[in-house]
Amino acid sequence: MQSRVIEKAASLLESGACTRVLGWKAGAFFYDVTPAVFTCAQEVREQMVFNPFCGANLSKYLIAESRKEGRIAVFLKPCDTFSFVQLQKEHRIARDKVWAVGVQCRGMCDIDSLKELGLKGVTAVEEAEDDLRVTTLYQEKTISRKEALSPRCHTCKSRKLLDCDELIGDQGQDLPSSRFAQVEALEAMTPEERFAFWRGELSKCIRCNACRNVCPACSCEKCVFDNPNSGVQNKAAASSFEENLFHIIRAFHVAGRCTDCGECTRVCPQHIPLHLLNRKFIKDMNEFYGPYQAGGDFDAKPPMLAFTLDDPEASIITNGRDGQ
Amino acid sequence: MKTWKLSTLDALFAAIAGKQTLYIPADVAGQPVFARWEPGLAMTRALNTGRSAKDLFFPQVEDLARFRVAGKTVSVSPAQALQEPFVIFGVRACDCRSFDILDSVFLAEPADTFYQARREQATVVTLACSQPEETCFCTSLGIDPQAPGGDVSCWMAEDTLYLQANTEKGEALLASLPRLEDGEKPDADSSVFDKLPLKDLDFSAFSGKALMDWFNSPVWERLSQSCLGCGSCTFVCPTCQCYDVRDFDTGHGVQRYRCWDSCMYSDFTMMAHGTNRPTQKERFRQRFMHKLVYHPNNHGGQIGCVGCGRCLQKCPISMNIVKVANALKEGKA
Amino acid sequence: MQVNETFTPTIVAFCCNWCSYAGADLSGTNRLQYPANVKIIRIPCSCRLNPMFILRAFQRGADGVILCGCHPGDCHYTTGNYYARRRMTLLFSLLDFMGIERERTRVEWVSAAEGAKFAATMNDFTQTITRLGPNRRLEDLRCKVE
Repeated sequence: MQSRVIEKAASLLESGACTRVLGWKAGAFFYDVTPAVFTCAQEVREQMVFNPFCGANLSKYLIAESRKEGRIAVFLKPCDTFSFVQLQKEHRIARDKVWAVGVQCRGMCDIDSLKELGLKGVTAVEEAEDDLRVTTLYQEKTISRKEALSPRCHTCKSRKLLDCDELIGDQGQDLPSSRFAQVEALEAMTPEERFAFWRGELSKCIRCNACRNVCPACSCEKCVFDNPNSGVQNKAAASSFEENLFHIIRAFHVAGRCTDCGECTRVCPQHIPLHLLNRKFIKDMNEFYGPYQAGGDFDAKPPMLAFTLDDPEASIITNGRDGQ
Repeated sequence: MKTWKLSTLDALFAAIAGKQTLYIPADVAGQPVFARWEPGLAMTRALNTGRSAKDLFFPQVEDLARFRVAGKTVSVSPAQALQEPFVIFGVRACDCRSFDILDSVFLAEPADTFYQARREQATVVTLACSQPEETCFCTSLGIDPQAPGGDVSCWMAEDTLYLQANTEKGEALLASLPRLEDGEKPDADSSVFDKLPLKDLDFSAFSGKALMDWFNSPVWERLSQSCLGCGSCTFVCPTCQCYDVRDFDTGHGVQRYRCWDSCMYSDFTMMAHGTNRPTQKERFRQRFMHKLVYHPNNHGGQIGCVGCGRCLQKCPISMNIVKVANALKEGKA
Repeated sequence: MQVNETFTPTIVAFCCNWCSYAGADLSGTNRLQYPANVKIIRIPCSCRLNPMFILRAFQRGADGVILCGCHPGDCHYTTGNYYARRRMTLLFSLLDFMGIERERTRVEWVSAAEGAKFAATMNDFTQTITRLGPNRRLEDLRCKVE
């Protein structure tokens, strides 16, 4: 896959079809890749990588990049293409300035998953079919690619590549996904247990704003939390209330626009399962207002911008779903 | 040198905690963090905490004063600096060095009294590393992870904890503990440190050369392009020391507090005329110029980084000080 | 459930200018009684209610928050309350998901002619909140008056 991606990137630059390529630059350890813009084919051949650790969603970069001169080529995984479509729906990306190359995906790996397996001091990883040969400071070990998958990829909703100009690999299909299982498990708890769970998780928050800044749905030019006149703090874990406030409001602001790409949880330095808040909204909206997938197409009306005359009343929540 | 059986580490913690507050690196809600020791709290197996040890001297949020309004009177109650002694156990060599860097900022005249009080009240017990992560590069900053410093240095080997007091405070702590036996620690195997991939980083170039050359380097534009502008790197960094002072309107008064700030944020050092770092390029440059160039220029060549590797692990897009330093030296990104 | 005799809750009622606010007026002119600890905040339409307002009310000491707007179909701006309905349903659901007591928030449609319903709603909601006790899960300790 890597050679095909690099060759494609180089040829797009050489043919003049694109002036820039948004791809990945290698780091010191194989897993520490950084999104980067390349402008010449030689540089692409020397420095660009595409490996199982290229997990970050590149769609958000297109907001800024598609406003620059010339056309930019970008390599998008299936879940990135949902964000790509959603951002277009919100008129945040100039489509004609982007050449979207869809790259089929088998699930991406994550260094934290390797650490969960007890691998410490990972200095190099080598891809070999369905295995990863991991070299650490202390041992060499071959693990299956599946074991190294990012947790979000275990509940992948779709391998469809949406709105791409060309594909590398086959077009994929929607997958049967158990992505709401964790939400359901929480719903089954008592309110006291749920409160304790979220207090434990959110009390870890350091208000670094990584979840917000990485989120393709958080595309406001100026965030409400960056407005000092709003009276809320954007960078201080000042009280448990502010932690709740930030995460409730952020989840609410992206409700109906969150494509469930899972970037928020991936980037959280404190490993807070933030995607569960968004997933709860997605599950509720599906249940109350009919199935909807943000970024799934260009036509469906987002549930928070629509209504029907016989929507359920809020009492469905406040009285309890069992009507008690 | 004193010794203690590792199997009864809990008893050592209990003995310390019986006299003063004790913080140890422990897993809380799945995250390694310096937590107040209580019976049953065990040390984390992680090499280092997610947030650094600076939290205990320079917490993320700290009250400075409260103003209360009642009728026509306003009463002011300034916050009190910490008066109680405490012990912080299990500090790694990198974090211990970060205290020196913070000292050079907060203890310079006029000294920060809140920070100063905590430093004076604290007894720092360090712990030598034997199993580094690949992201560790303290050795390239002149830190010896096997001789971690602080008031008391500790080593763990086999089933024994070795303790060596380095200061009067450390002596006093060890003297206050019962049942310490004498012993000599065996020579540790340091071969793994020679295998560290980042052990040969050279930061010496940054303090000598003209500041403006680094400042005007062409690499900043490119490197900063991928930066998301979040504050992860700053907030997990043991040497970042910028803070903001804010007022919170409580409805019946004002609570003035300070909180960590991040140069990665758009409102960092916001002034009446706006911000003087309008794009992410300037903000990004500020962070690394501060660590690599400004700090050594102002503090006798001391680099503002201790090689703990937290930013390497936590950056959402894997941009970090090592990549920046290398790109700067090569002159291309 | 134990009834707390000494606890007087603070209730914030966001009322739509065109219906519930007038409904509150009507209940006043009809001399219907509802608790004085209900603080009414007038908003131009139920869909003006930003979720942040609700959370901030809790932060500043509210024990319960209720939104009153026009009956579905009667919105002064035709459709505002339909949007409000979706938003509040989702918000309340998330609060419940996070373990905040689900009875602490409520939506009730009250027209300008329903003075009696307004008073009855406030009496009932106040009773519910009194039974629930003070808001602890969404409080901000900094805002407590010592």
